[in-house]
Amino acid sequence: MGKPNDLVQGTLDLLILKTISLEPKHGWAIAKRIQQISNEVLQVQQGSLYPALHRLEQQGWIRAKWNESETGRQAKFYSLTAAGRARLEKEKESWKRLSNAIDLVIDTV
Amino acid sequence: MRWFEQLRITLWMLFHRQSEKARLQSEMSFHLEQQIAENVAGGMNAEDARAAALRLFGNPAVLNEEAQSTWSWNWLESIWRDVRYGARTLLRSPSFSATAILVMAIGIGASTSLFTVVRSVLLKPLPFRDPSRLVMLYEHFRQEQIQYNVVSPGDFRDWREKTHGFQDMAAWLWWGCTITGDSGQLPESLGAAAGSWNLFSILGVEPAVGRTFTADEDRPGANNVVLLSWTLFQSRFAGDRSIVGKQVRIDSEQYTVVGVLPQWFTYPDPAVKVWVPYASTFMPSQLDAHGRHQSHVVARLRDGVSPESAIQEVSALQYQIHMANLNEPVAEDAVMRPMIEDVVQDVMTPLLVLLASVGCMLLIACLNVSNLLVARGAARRREVAIRGALGGSRLQLIREQITESFLICIAGGALGVALSFLATQWLTTHWKDLPRADAIKMDWTILVFAGAIVFLSALVAGLVPAISSTGKNLLSSLQEASRSIGGSTARASLRKTLLGAEVTLTVVLLISAGLLFKSFMHLRATDLGCTTDRVLTVRFGIPDRQYDKPEKIVAFHEALLEKVRNLPDVVAAGLVSTAPGAGFEGDSLFTIPEHPVTGKILDLDAMTRKADPGYFSAMQIPLLQGRVFTQQDRLDRSNYVVISKMFADRFFPSESPLGKHVKIQWNMKEEPLEIIGVVGDTIHDIGEPIKPMIYFPLLSGAPMQTTLVTLVARTAHDPLAVAMPVQKQLASLDPQIAVRVLTMQQIIGRATASQSFSASLVLGFAALSLLLAAVGLYGVLSYLVTQRVSEIGIRMALGAQRSEVLRLILLDGMRPVFVGLIIGLAGGAVAGVLIKSILFGTRPLDPIVFAGMVGSLLLTAIIAGAVPALRACRIEPTQALRTE
Repeated sequence: MGKPNDLVQGTLDLLILKTISLEPKHGWAIAKRIQQISNEVLQVQQGSLYPALHRLEQQGWIRAKWNESETGRQAKFYSLTAAGRARLEKEKESWKRLSNAIDLVIDTV
Repeated sequence: MRWFEQLRITLWMLFHRQSEKARLQSEMSFHLEQQIAENVAGGMNAEDARAAALRLFGNPAVLNEEAQSTWSWNWLESIWRDVRYGARTLLRSPSFSATAILVMAIGIGASTSLFTVVRSVLLKPLPFRDPSRLVMLYEHFRQEQIQYNVVSPGDFRDWREKTHGFQDMAAWLWWGCTITGDSGQLPESLGAAAGSWNLFSILGVEPAVGRTFTADEDRPGANNVVLLSWTLFQSRFAGDRSIVGKQVRIDSEQYTVVGVLPQWFTYPDPAVKVWVPYASTFMPSQLDAHGRHQSHVVARLRDGVSPESAIQEVSALQYQIHMANLNEPVAEDAVMRPMIEDVVQDVMTPLLVLLASVGCMLLIACLNVSNLLVARGAARRREVAIRGALGGSRLQLIREQITESFLICIAGGALGVALSFLATQWLTTHWKDLPRADAIKMDWTILVFAGAIVFLSALVAGLVPAISSTGKNLLSSLQEASRSIGGSTARASLRKTLLGAEVTLTVVLLISAGLLFKSFMHLRATDLGCTTDRVLTVRFGIPDRQYDKPEKIVAFHEALLEKVRNLPDVVAAGLVSTAPGAGFEGDSLFTIPEHPVTGKILDLDAMTRKADPGYFSAMQIPLLQGRVFTQQDRLDRSNYVVISKMFADRFFPSESPLGKHVKIQWNMKEEPLEIIGVVGDTIHDIGEPIKPMIYFPLLSGAPMQTTLVTLVARTAHDPLAVAMPVQKQLASLDPQIAVRVLTMQQIIGRATASQSFSASLVLGFAALSLLLAAVGLYGVLSYLVTQRVSEIGIRMALGAQRSEVLRLILLDGMRPVFVGLIIGLAGGAVAGVLIKSILFGTRPLDPIVFAGMVGSLLLTAIIAGAVPALRACRIEPTQALRTE
């Protein structure tokens, strides 16, 4: 069973922000999306999304809205705020710097 | 914009917690349903689909909690949970909670009140303009070591004119007068002061109505002008502003009212109802005098000049004045101190002592509550241990226990602040002579202070038991067999330490209270040198303008005495300028023509009094040699004086003073006065040493000097019963005379009021602390006995005697008492030395006080300990062994 700390610390936030950057999504859709896009490599323990989502909401990066889902049930849809969008750019940048650096180390040594 | 988003969600979470919880629940179940539906679509049966979905999701309960923990206000919720839990625990034992809350309420209430008074009186700046730059200047007699002596008008004038270190200097002096009405209002005797014209501008006081004095009004021979205090303006003139510019009759003279001082201005004393110009209270020649001291000098420091160099300049000038007037009492130096110190100097030590004692009491209260909590912690030891073993974090457990002590302290604090409102009011109205009493107010700083005290008390009371009951040895307490024989000794020793600390503080308080009380008793018992039993004193002045000839004055006095002596119930009556114990009046330097001039001229100094022939027998002051005045020693045939025993002993050590002479300033005459008699010493002020005293004949009728007198009347029964008849006789002679009536007992009471006040307060605090310590000891011993029931049972089954069990338990409980007692004795000795300056006739290490206080503490301890100890020795062994 994948645990949340199987992911590099802080990357879950980045993944969530990126996933909802195009259109609002509810929790289950976010989990599915992350799984699909990463070709099933990133196994997020689905439940651990929720503490992360609520934390991001409290911090003002994302906003939630209750809406009708595809099945007709009420679901909570998360979308980026303006601040969240800026945040996503910053997170992306620092992630790229980090992974480039790691690549460098791995390739040269 | 992020902050806006955060604010929105924070506010939302504050008010929609419950609905958000439901939504989180439904959000998660939606997720699970989706997954289950997907699994079913993939071909699983319903049960497997659910299990697989849950496996993928994780523990919903834990995740739910985790998500909630990211919400804002989560801390509020957990505190609320602790508070509810703590309140439930406290409500389960209401008598314990009520006791603890009451104890804390008294401690917090008393400290808050005392802090209010200390802050307002000692710490708040004076209500004047830029008060930190205000100082008081005094003369300093280097040789006689008199540190802060009042200043002579000549010195003040020279200081002001010839030095440059101060922006300006002003002077004031105590005065007194009688105000009368032209249209039948009652005469009123008023406290008054005379101030130089610039006094009010130096202080930065603007009059409420009219103006203050001008420089022109502040010189001899100027027109009579007067400033009214706000209270007199209201009480006698009903706040009528048109009084300014009109005339009032003071001491039979017309004075023009120039202004009214503001309500807040009560310097130097609220009793001052009237101000007159400084110079108007002197004869022109007296204004230049260097040897007559009565003025208080206020000065404002000049910007850019250091206080040291400013006072040095004045000191240098004073030394020149001293050298130019070697035959007069003129100080060598000048000294100064900040004005605020000057105002509060008399109450500073008593106030700090009171503050320290309530602090001690509060600490004792905290220790007591702490002790009670430790006892309760013992009962819950296993519960705490189990919770710890199941993973409850230690911090969580400590927080929960401290919450309990916080609840006690907050409830006690709320009650205490309410109490302290009443207590502060009581303090300000009952503490006579407390300067700046009108400045005492409770405000938000006091509430902040009370809050801080509550917080600290809660920490002190709660931390020790909380930490000790959640300590690392949780396991050991789980392993502790239910039939533990020795009881948990670690906990008992903690309680004993707390008890020892309580006893230490109590002993310190008891000793301080004992010392203060003994010095108060000393003061009360001071032998004034005359009878104080059933004596009425009536102080009055006859107006100098009207009674300007000796014959008139003497005629008035003799007529009054005649009438008073004829009253039924009056045994004897006499007249004196100032009754014993009623104050200083005045002193004079003199020479003895029969003696060669040797030594320091300032040593030949005596207090002066004027008395009529009947005064000495009326007050039962013994005649030791010669005779007292007679009716024949009157008017021009009155060049005689009577001296006191100390006068005779000091200045005529080896010869009879009778027939010798003294040359002294009296009645504007130069010729020496013959000593005709020696009488016993009387004390001019309680708490002051006896001084040589010289009596002039009142029947000389010296103008200005024999017009302000005190009638003393010794009565057969209640002296106050003759007060009205005496006043009627006075009014029949002159209806314009105001009087002040006091019995001798009241004079003594007034002089000792403030000592009585602080002594009884500290004694009250000490008694309360003693009670608290007794409760503490009782608690500790009861606990020990309960812990050792089975041990005692075994001992008795094996043949121990009941008396041995009694001794065992008592000794165990008394050990911390003894340790605390010994440390407390050392602390008490230190405290005694610290309060030495307010002790009278009592040494800091007074053996009687120490013995008495140790005795009362031990007695209380034995009584408190006897109850549980007796219970222990009544234990039935069979029963004890069967319990558990």
